[in-house]
Amino acid sequence: MSERATLSQAYRQGLAEEMRTDPRILVYGTDLFERGGHWGQVRGLGSEFGRDRVRNAPISEAAMVAAGVGAAMNGLRPVVDLNFIDFAFGAMDEIINQAAKIRFMWGAPMPLVIRGTNGVAGGGAQHNNSFESWFAHTPGLLVAMPSTPADTKGLIKSALRGEDPVIFLMHKLLAGLRGEIGGAEDLVPFGRGTVRRPGRDITVATYGVTVPRSIAAAGQLASEGIEAEVIDLRTIAPLDLELVEESVRRTRHLVVVTESQRHGGIGAEIAAALSESLYDVLDGPVLRVGAPSVPVPHSAPLLVLATPSADDIARSLRAATAARVS
Amino acid sequence: MSLAAGPGTEAASLQPIDLSGVDAEQAASWYRSMALIREFETTAEPLVMQGRIPGGMHSAVGQEATAVGVVGALAATDIVTGTHRSHHITLAKGLAPDLIMAELFGKATGPLGGRGGHMHLADLSKGHFGSNGIVGAGLGIALGAALAASVTKTGQVAVGFLGDGAANIGRVWEFVNLASIWTLPLVIVCENNLYAVETPFTQVTGGGDIAGRASGFGLPAFKVDGRDVAAVHRIAAAAVARARGAEGPTFIEALTYRHGGHDVGDRETYRTKDEVERWRAESDPVLRLRRSIVDAALLRPAVLEAIDAEVAAQVAAAVEFAESSPYPDPATLLDNVTGIDMRIRGNL
Repeated sequence: MSERATLSQAYRQGLAEEMRTDPRILVYGTDLFERGGHWGQVRGLGSEFGRDRVRNAPISEAAMVAAGVGAAMNGLRPVVDLNFIDFAFGAMDEIINQAAKIRFMWGAPMPLVIRGTNGVAGGGAQHNNSFESWFAHTPGLLVAMPSTPADTKGLIKSALRGEDPVIFLMHKLLAGLRGEIGGAEDLVPFGRGTVRRPGRDITVATYGVTVPRSIAAAGQLASEGIEAEVIDLRTIAPLDLELVEESVRRTRHLVVVTESQRHGGIGAEIAAALSESLYDVLDGPVLRVGAPSVPVPHSAPLLVLATPSADDIARSLRAATAARVS
Repeated sequence: MSLAAGPGTEAASLQPIDLSGVDAEQAASWYRSMALIREFETTAEPLVMQGRIPGGMHSAVGQEATAVGVVGALAATDIVTGTHRSHHITLAKGLAPDLIMAELFGKATGPLGGRGGHMHLADLSKGHFGSNGIVGAGLGIALGAALAASVTKTGQVAVGFLGDGAANIGRVWEFVNLASIWTLPLVIVCENNLYAVETPFTQVTGGGDIAGRASGFGLPAFKVDGRDVAAVHRIAAAAVARARGAEGPTFIEALTYRHGGHDVGDRETYRTKDEVERWRAESDPVLRLRRSIVDAALLRPAVLEAIDAEVAAQVAAAVEFAESSPYPDPATLLDNVTGIDMRIRGNL
């Protein structure tokens, strides 16, 4: 690992490398060929691979995803780029009722990647959804939520060599995040989290944009004598509960952090699963940090309240460890 | 089966079909396929009512000619997708009746091991890319199969079936548009059987012309008598040739009629018995073909009767096979949900 790139560049490089070695991969979506997507995520791929493999599509999400499903069944490895994952709602049947179930019903691989940016960055309620839990709740789908350029490249490469439909979610605020990236064979497996910051006193399980926020919160706690271990799950389907359990056995405390709503989400699942499996080990309740159940507002003072911050996470870490500290 | 040469075939009201240019072998093949579908459906229906086949069933009786006419114009490597009413397409695509019946019963010997059932039949190895329980969705999969055929230049053609109900699903027109602008080798076949579940086509279809809607997307669109296998075959063969020649998609609206209700057990309060009887008497697709074959002296009645007996035996054997087959092993429930192992501890 020596080369540095932004998260968008890392995605593009991973996709381009795989397209060079696998002619079955093609990518299509709105504004891709010339513009390279709304985040520059496929910039330059049009001129390298031509209009057969980098296609501009009409604003027809259902048709894009449906075509991806059928093409995957007939030998291709399509990447459908929705730009914003918010637009997936126009293709929910294709994702949930078709792509996710075809392997189970018909015994066929479904190597289909659906990429979109997700999460809160401003712009109001309809372009800032964090509905990764919906997808993770669907049997048959894999869901990637990388927080670093290296993981973005490594996970898209794994997705493109796998057999499963993948919802590939890249956070808007991380698109320009710069970091080291791996080489052509540095793949990141699905279902394996990683420890971003080691710590002995409390475990933070998170993914995506709240990874850097959790690391910042851990920094605050360190000055107060509490060392938090931050786990980046990297994918939420599959979910690396094993890594979380291993950590909690040592720290005896757990806070789960998501940018999406606390209520009924994947964070609640992690909390419930760990409460079941490590009830005797935990020294206190598993706490959750997440958004309140409200659409994402436009106005800045409201947006702050609807978006979990590093300070919010630090407050939960203090509350979770309060018994031990006092 | 109720096909024995008798009053039905002799009815003066039964409209003949044009078999000019059709040889005896072709006629026998069509008749065998259509008689098999009729026998399969009429045998399965009471099994559903008795609860021996779980989960209900949508019978394709009355729509045999669309499947046989269209699929007969395809090569074995070509692809079809169907709707919730697709036993006729499945049989026409060459899936064996005993295996289909086993799938309906939910048995391990079905082509999907009982994971699909009546509404989700498929066999990718035979180019059957799925019947689909969601109205309009099958066409989207055919669209994608055609995209792959176009990009990788396999020479395959894909056919997506839909019904008149799907003509009011917005995404169907997304599919048609994409096929048109990308010049994909797709044939779109709308089986207009006049009812979307219980709702008459005329009540819910603005403009009243499905093929007319399709033509607005810049592709050839035709209406054909969907109860005339020869007519369906002629138009389908032309559309398939056009698709294979990389000239793009074609839309075919096949005008047909569902003899039974939406599903087995439907009380059919939304149409009259007279209406159904008139359609049967004038254009039962199996009886029309049978009568026209005899009138044109393509096959002797004894040959047709022999075919009737063969398909009856075939379907009886299919029921026996399905009844005597084992159910899937419960230990396999979680198999094959994904390609990678999701069973990380505590995750299921």
